[in-house]
Amino acid sequence: MNWHSAREFLAMGGQGVYVWGAYAATAALLGIEAWLAWRRRRRALGPRP
Amino acid sequence: MTTLFTFAAPSRFYRLSGALLPWLWIAAAVLTYAGLYIGFFVAPTDAQQGEVYRIIFIHVPAAWMSMVIYLAMAGWAALGWVLNARMASMLARALAPSGLVFTLIALWTGAAWGKPAWGTWWVWDARLTSELILLFLYLGYLALTEAIDDPRRADRAGALVAIVGAINVPVIYFSVRWWNTLHQGASVSLTAAPTMASAMLLAMLLMTFAFWAYAFAVVFMRARAIVLERERDAAWVQGLTTMGHAA
Repeated sequence: MNWHSAREFLAMGGQGVYVWGAYAATAALLGIEAWLAWRRRRRALGPRP
Repeated sequence: MTTLFTFAAPSRFYRLSGALLPWLWIAAAVLTYAGLYIGFFVAPTDAQQGEVYRIIFIHVPAAWMSMVIYLAMAGWAALGWVLNARMASMLARALAPSGLVFTLIALWTGAAWGKPAWGTWWVWDARLTSELILLFLYLGYLALTEAIDDPRRADRAGALVAIVGAINVPVIYFSVRWWNTLHQGASVSLTAAPTMASAMLLAMLLMTFAFWAYAFAVVFMRARAIVLERERDAAWVQGLTTMGHAA
């Protein structure tokens, strides 16, 4: 086990802002992309614009 | 050849991809969980870089995806053009936004790693610059295809950009060998043993498969939407919309 506490895990050896910034941006981009693709198909099934 | 053409029918693609979607999402979730668990709780602290190297578990897979998706997009676009195959062109169009997203992720996570490791968010070295060109190629492809109203004309114009731009992918891949770059060389290659601890390598490979599963899922979702948009007047699509639900 690498971490002794949640605080230590979040700190990432003092580089937490870089590590979590990278992971948060990735999660946000992939989440938004999946949502847009889902919405596009739902709209395509709906009534004609 | 009969089977190839049966699967190439948009209605057939729509049904098959719909059946695969739940499994792809499950695979993406399980692989992400396993990859992140090993990446954060099993893989040791790096002797030189400390903890910040853990960005590698998304950075390298995203960069690989950005290149693989571009080649897939160019390949389907070329097939759609040469064989006049509509489904191939629709797949090319569906791949582009996902390629753009993975390129953005590769650049963003690279900047977040570059700042603590090199002392700068960005440097104009060959690897970073060629990946930025990839971003512009995706943006150019999307802008061009969205600007042309006739779908088949847009497919052909996009195919031209995609095929010409494909030359940039080997440039990205070999940039660290061809030029002196600040970016480090490949840690994993097909021809040599990896230069990483096995837990680190395993986490990175699991995240790569997770991104593959995610990319298949989201590209299938988008391709299904494109099929519905283009086949609005086909009887099978009318059947879907009047039933009120789509399997």
